[in-house]
Amino acid sequence: MNEATTARMTYLDALGLAQREEMARDDTVIIIGEDISLYAAGGAYGDIDAKRIRSAPISENGFAGMAIGAAITGLRPIVDLTIANFIYLASDPIINQAARLRYMTGGQVKVPVTYRASMWHNQGNAAQHSDRPYPMFMNIPGLKIVTPATPTDAKGLLKAAIRDDDPVLVFEDNDLWAVREPVPLDPDFVVPIGKAAVRREGRDVSIISVAGCLPHALAAATALAKDGISAEVVDLRTLLPLDTEAILNTVGKTGRVVIADYAHRTCGAAAEIAAIIVEDGFDLLKKPVRRVVTPDVPIPFSEAMEKPLYPSQDSIANAARSLM
Amino acid sequence: MSKHDVDGEAYLRMLKIRHFEQAVSALITEGAVAGACHSSIGQEAAIVGACMALRRDDYMSGTHRSHGHPIGKGAELNGLMAEILGKATGVCKGRGGSMHLTDTSVGSIGESAIVGGGISLATGAALSAQVRGTDQVALTFFGDGAVNEGAFHESLNMASIWKLPVIFFCENNGYAAVTPAATTHGQPDVSRRADGYGLPGVTVDGQDFDAVYSQTQKAVTRARDGGGPTLIEAKTYRFDEHCVGLFINGSYRSKEEVERYKTERDPIALFRARLLERGRSEADLINTQAEARRLVEAAVAFAKQSPCSDPESAFDLVHASQIPIRR
Repeated sequence: MNEATTARMTYLDALGLAQREEMARDDTVIIIGEDISLYAAGGAYGDIDAKRIRSAPISENGFAGMAIGAAITGLRPIVDLTIANFIYLASDPIINQAARLRYMTGGQVKVPVTYRASMWHNQGNAAQHSDRPYPMFMNIPGLKIVTPATPTDAKGLLKAAIRDDDPVLVFEDNDLWAVREPVPLDPDFVVPIGKAAVRREGRDVSIISVAGCLPHALAAATALAKDGISAEVVDLRTLLPLDTEAILNTVGKTGRVVIADYAHRTCGAAAEIAAIIVEDGFDLLKKPVRRVVTPDVPIPFSEAMEKPLYPSQDSIANAARSLM
Repeated sequence: MSKHDVDGEAYLRMLKIRHFEQAVSALITEGAVAGACHSSIGQEAAIVGACMALRRDDYMSGTHRSHGHPIGKGAELNGLMAEILGKATGVCKGRGGSMHLTDTSVGSIGESAIVGGGISLATGAALSAQVRGTDQVALTFFGDGAVNEGAFHESLNMASIWKLPVIFFCENNGYAAVTPAATTHGQPDVSRRADGYGLPGVTVDGQDFDAVYSQTQKAVTRARDGGGPTLIEAKTYRFDEHCVGLFINGSYRSKEEVERYKTERDPIALFRARLLERGRSEADLINTQAEARRLVEAAVAFAKQSPCSDPESAFDLVHASQIPIRR
């Protein structure tokens, strides 16, 4: 892309830009969350009427529900839940109301609300600040879930979420905040929800990457290339709905699959992806599906214990080699 | 609307709720209804008194005891009854049922079977009205059980700090299912909980239509004028069990208490007597009673004649645009 239409920025700045653009574009977009008044005073939201920026008390259950009532009655709220673990306090209204009110009312209402949650890890924050809660929400019909892994997707998927007429959970990866790349400046640039991206073409093995695993998956593919193994890297980008076609396409191409995901193993995103491959693509497989995921232990504080638990370039590459 | 017209409409709506609930009970006996049904009989004055103080475009949320709320707000009965029978013509196309009679045409934004679930929704609708600059208000019905949920406290606090146009309306019927409020409330008056959040709280006789109507009018005026939220506690009573036909092994309230309410504190009988005092003719009231009965009978006939929901339609309306759903 040429320089006039893009600007080099971080993942975190891309999220902020998406929010500012959508608030400027549409008067019905509001933001609600904790500690945001300071950012508003600092101009982080641009020249926006203060009544659209609600710095809330620490009442995640309450304001997550209020956002739903506001969405039903004509607004497009963005709820900034900050650290992803806090979504558990908000999960009752997200699950029991937002996800199913369209359905339960026979389509009388729409619920265009966006919930942002930032997933932290590798920073010694221990088990109450280090979760990746998206798998349990994949079990909730009526939601949409996006997991941007690049600055461009951070902007494009958050904007798509805000414009979407359904409740969308945006799980952002704190590890990627400082990653930079040229990001489109077109205020109408959006990344469609439900479409995976092939980040690297390959013939021998597919690495299906979930959320923030992408940099490790790409690094693993580079390392594998030195061994003469051609790895394809697919970034799912959306977890609900899953891009089943993209998953089966890459399996058809390589017949070998490694799924890389920071979430815990049991009933994780990787488990559902593996099940789809086994149900619909079993005949395409040359080897069993491999998962590279976080083991089922609470995330420990100590760096020495925390780091080895997560998928890495090496563990992903080694899993791929084991299939050759 | 003149006071005369308000009285007439209120009497009709209270009777519609009463006959509607009686018809639902009869359908349950016939075996025509699946799931749990929670009757509003005994609570009609609280519901209608609150709703009559609202405009049609004001928002309302409610509870699992959901039949009375839309009727009180003026909804047509056919779609409500068809919903209870799970028919395709139901107001929620057979996806909600008895606990979720939501009719957006009268401002309803949801009837929640999660206790306290409707409170934050209505508070959010009030926020929406404030941000959009309309003069709409939101009223949320909840029971005495819901005031022990976090959503109640968080919503009252946020409504207070942001002066949101919302009326928190507690139908305190004294029992959360089979648990007496006296055993779960640290102090007996729900309305006093407003003090903790800096908004006015008032207790009103929920069996007295006039009292509920005038207190709610005050709260609505205050909300519309930018004065912020009010908590209203209407002391009321449910005549039936927690849900219709529920078998209770043991007793949580005395037979005498129930009988006393039915004979001395029936909100419709009390209101009828007052209407006669105000000069309405017996014939006028009998006509209204007949009208309510006719509307409910027509709704039952409509519901019974309506087609059942198509099993395939279970896959519709999950999202705004259809996305593939694996089977």
